[in-house]
Amino acid sequence: MTEAVAEEVEAEKPPPHATAWEIAVTFNEISLSSFGGGLSAWSREMVVARRKWMDDAEFLSAMTICRILPGANQVNVAVFVGTKLAGARGAFAALAGLIAMPTLLLVGIAALYAAFQHSHALHHVLDGFAAAAVAMTLQMVWKTGRTTLTSIVPIILFAATFVFNGLLRWPLWWTLLATAPFGIAWAWNRAHRKALAVKAHAP
Amino acid sequence: MTLTLALQLCSVFGITSLLAFGGGNAVIPQFELLTVTVHHWLTAQQFTDSFAIAQAAPGPSTLIVSLLGFRAGGVWGALIATAAMVIPTGIIVWGVAKLWDRGHGEKVWRHALQDGMAPIAVGLILAGGVVVAQHAESNWVQLAMTVIATGILCVSKTNPLIVAVSCGVVGYVLGA
Repeated sequence: MTEAVAEEVEAEKPPPHATAWEIAVTFNEISLSSFGGGLSAWSREMVVARRKWMDDAEFLSAMTICRILPGANQVNVAVFVGTKLAGARGAFAALAGLIAMPTLLLVGIAALYAAFQHSHALHHVLDGFAAAAVAMTLQMVWKTGRTTLTSIVPIILFAATFVFNGLLRWPLWWTLLATAPFGIAWAWNRAHRKALAVKAHAP
Repeated sequence: MTLTLALQLCSVFGITSLLAFGGGNAVIPQFELLTVTVHHWLTAQQFTDSFAIAQAAPGPSTLIVSLLGFRAGGVWGALIATAAMVIPTGIIVWGVAKLWDRGHGEKVWRHALQDGMAPIAVGLILAGGVVVAQHAESNWVQLAMTVIATGILCVSKTNPLIVAVSCGVVGYVLGA
């Protein structure tokens, strides 16, 4: 048992790296794929599942930090990931990749929308996109939940957060004040025990 | 584009972005107040339309600021408003991300913060999904599509883009 734990701790990979161009292209792809919503799910799909730039725990904590900071969450996540991969250049590349094309598209769409805004067909198509965006979000809950909700404490933290924020509609700050101290204390205790186990096992 | 208008755009979007705790949608009411009531850059109806377009279009929905800036001052207005919205907060995130990365040696603390926040993030994502569904899903067709699409995405490796386009087509066929 301790051997397995030691292996897990020692197997920490070197930090990944990517060029500014790769970062910009990836965030452009994320952005253009996410019409009708689902942007955070697309970000995870590309950053964690396809590019393997971060693991789930790292990506989720970056997301939470970005929610606490002011500004648009998905823009913040892009800047955070870009900074981690390639510093200030990476941050700028991610930001430009995420917003350059959509900004141009939006201005074009705005002109067209005036002509089509009363079309029922358009609204039905948009309803379909909205349904898919919710499905992507739920799929993200499923995928990240499978890797992070592995024992009773995280499951309780997850459920409490959902009830406070999603059902009772508490503001983010209240929700985090009620849950984060328990989460961090639990994880600190666990990480501390792991570190001790590694030390005890070392020659 | 006059200098006065450029400065107004910078202050409206730059200052508001720094108050956007809880994401870009949290400051939508503030944008409406400033752009419609205070500065008269667009009408209330145009604001509502801009919101719908930004939600459906590719990219972050916070890019509604590009549309608001466009109404105020054309292409330059759109660029200034967008830059004012993302650059100040981007600099803050960049600074925090650097600090976060510097903690790389402190493995215990890093793991504690990361692993402790992860289940909370999953809860917040589910909460966000449910809240969006309550706003955006108005009929059983949409609900059924969401359930089926979620199932497909969870059990198979289908490209989400294919699922999204299929939902758009089904929405068109069943709704028309």
